[in-house]
Amino acid sequence: MNFITEAMAHAAFWIVVGLTLAGAVIAVFPRNILYNVMGLVLALTGIAGLYVFLGSMFLGLMQLLIYVGAVCVAIVFAVMLSRPLHLEVPKRRLPKVAMASGASLIFIVGIIAVSLRTAWKPAAERGTDWSVTTIGELLLTRYDLVFEVISLVFLVAILGAIVTAGFSRRLSS
Amino acid sequence: MNTLSTYLIVAAILFGLGLLGVLQRRNLVGMLISIELMLNGANINFMAFNRFLAPEPAVGQIVVLFVIGLAAAEAAIGLSIILALFRRLRSINVERAQQMRG
Repeated sequence: MNFITEAMAHAAFWIVVGLTLAGAVIAVFPRNILYNVMGLVLALTGIAGLYVFLGSMFLGLMQLLIYVGAVCVAIVFAVMLSRPLHLEVPKRRLPKVAMASGASLIFIVGIIAVSLRTAWKPAAERGTDWSVTTIGELLLTRYDLVFEVISLVFLVAILGAIVTAGFSRRLSS
Repeated sequence: MNTLSTYLIVAAILFGLGLLGVLQRRNLVGMLISIELMLNGANINFMAFNRFLAPEPAVGQIVVLFVIGLAAAEAAIGLSIILALFRRLRSINVERAQQMRG
């Protein structure tokens, strides 16, 4: 019985990893921008699953809520408000694609080699406190300043988005 | 399955795909999507180190929360810039946005 549960957890993990990578591939390669957004949704959902596997239900839910629920919907809105989808998309030039693939391939191989060759050492004393209560407490005590600064960044971003999107409409029409 | 190097490899592949997207695409929305992928690859790294190596498990989660928040702000600003650019140039191809080229 225990063996079966373990095998199922194993299979679920690899399914989630496969979904994430497939979503990332769909998000990068097709030339229709709507497929890219759907691939991004798939990849982000898979990453939320990975967070759950890494032991943080809270961050998985946050990922779903913020990324899938807000960012992806905003991107869909931008797609609908900008270029019509039925127009012809310019073809990619082959040298550019080849150089980009080469560069990112070198990057991936380098990073993977470095991460496999390093002997990672766990910290001597490792806490076991994964609770949301601790996160909230640390946000309001040790990371107080970062919290405040990020609120300020949000405020500036909201105002900036409104000004950039709104004023240009007034100027152009 | 649940080892540090699996997560690191997945994160590296995600980051590399995002890099590929940023380098080869000319659609600004596509580039934004690729940037989101890169940020998520970095996030997976943070969470993996947090799970397997770090002394305090709360800290990595807080960092990931901050990155998610910053990514949301960046997406909002980027999308509004894309909308403004589209209204001005009637196109979201980066190669058309050359007015400030020297």
